[in-house]
Amino acid sequence: MSSKKDWPLWEVFIRSRQGMSHKHAGSLHAADAEMAITNARDVYTRRQEGASIWVVPSDQITASTPEDKEMMFDPANDKIYRHPTFYNLPDELEHM
Amino acid sequence: MERQELFNYIIKWADHSLILGQRLGEWCGHGPALEEDIALTNISLDLIGQARSLLTYAGEVEGKGRDEDQLAFFRDVRDFKNPLLAELPNGHFGDTVVRQFFSDHFLFLAYEAMMEQSSDEQLKAIAAKSIKEVAYHRKHSSDWIVRLGDGTEESQAKIQQSVDDIWEFTGELFTMDDNDRLALEAGVGIDVSLLRDAWLKNVQTVFEAATINMPDAEAWMQQGGKQGLHTEYLGYILAEMQHIPRAYPNAQW
Repeated sequence: MSSKKDWPLWEVFIRSRQGMSHKHAGSLHAADAEMAITNARDVYTRRQEGASIWVVPSDQITASTPEDKEMMFDPANDKIYRHPTFYNLPDELEHM
Repeated sequence: MERQELFNYIIKWADHSLILGQRLGEWCGHGPALEEDIALTNISLDLIGQARSLLTYAGEVEGKGRDEDQLAFFRDVRDFKNPLLAELPNGHFGDTVVRQFFSDHFLFLAYEAMMEQSSDEQLKAIAAKSIKEVAYHRKHSSDWIVRLGDGTEESQAKIQQSVDDIWEFTGELFTMDDNDRLALEAGVGIDVSLLRDAWLKNVQTVFEAATINMPDAEAWMQQGGKQGLHTEYLGYILAEMQHIPRAYPNAQW
């Protein structure tokens, strides 16, 4: 598997047949974007999972840092009023 | 068309996919990268799936109660009618890619012709299902031909050598034997000799993008597989593929 040092890493996002949005499926190695798409097809859509594929170079993703976790996410803990569970949604409203 | 002749015709297509699929399956766990390992075995499984449909249909046509397993596991070398190309060893990755590339471009044209021209509803249906798979196989192998040909000096030299080595096994794909002619006259079969020009053109287009020299189309070509006269390799493939069902007949999963 010497390719791991030659081929860059890509993040794969798959939109399922029923799904509304692309979801992160995993990552893989490929020489370029075109190969990343075909590799993603072969690795992540073998069991009819997919209707659409996005690939993104992993090094193009900017992530929040774990050290900022408390500052970033804990303040939302006691603000349950932000959840929509207190409202009655009409039946016509799908995909909430 | 007589039953036996139709059976013989279907078996040729079945064996092409079966033997090539079995060969590709040898890459399982040995691919050059995990992603490519999975791609090769996906293609292998597609081909074996095509072979299963064709073998099942051949068994029905024959009417002797033989199912796909009996046809795959209990026939001997001379009964297999795949083109020699399908049984060639995997060699290095470039050899496998070239073998697959030649076969993919052929099967795509053949299934296309079968869908449009065959009067046999079952063959048409199998071709229609298979061509979607083969379209992807063809893209996969063509992409690799260009990557390796238009790659490094070393990959270019290797893939050119693979092309030159395997080229003599491509002519057989387009030969018409007596059984092929009977099938054509009956409206069931296709004229594979008519696919050759399109195949040469498609192959050349990819070779140009890959900076690979096109071998001489009029070169001497190997043949015999469609008549059951095989290379020494097929016996070893069958030994591996058949030894479990032969040691334990009627074994179930």
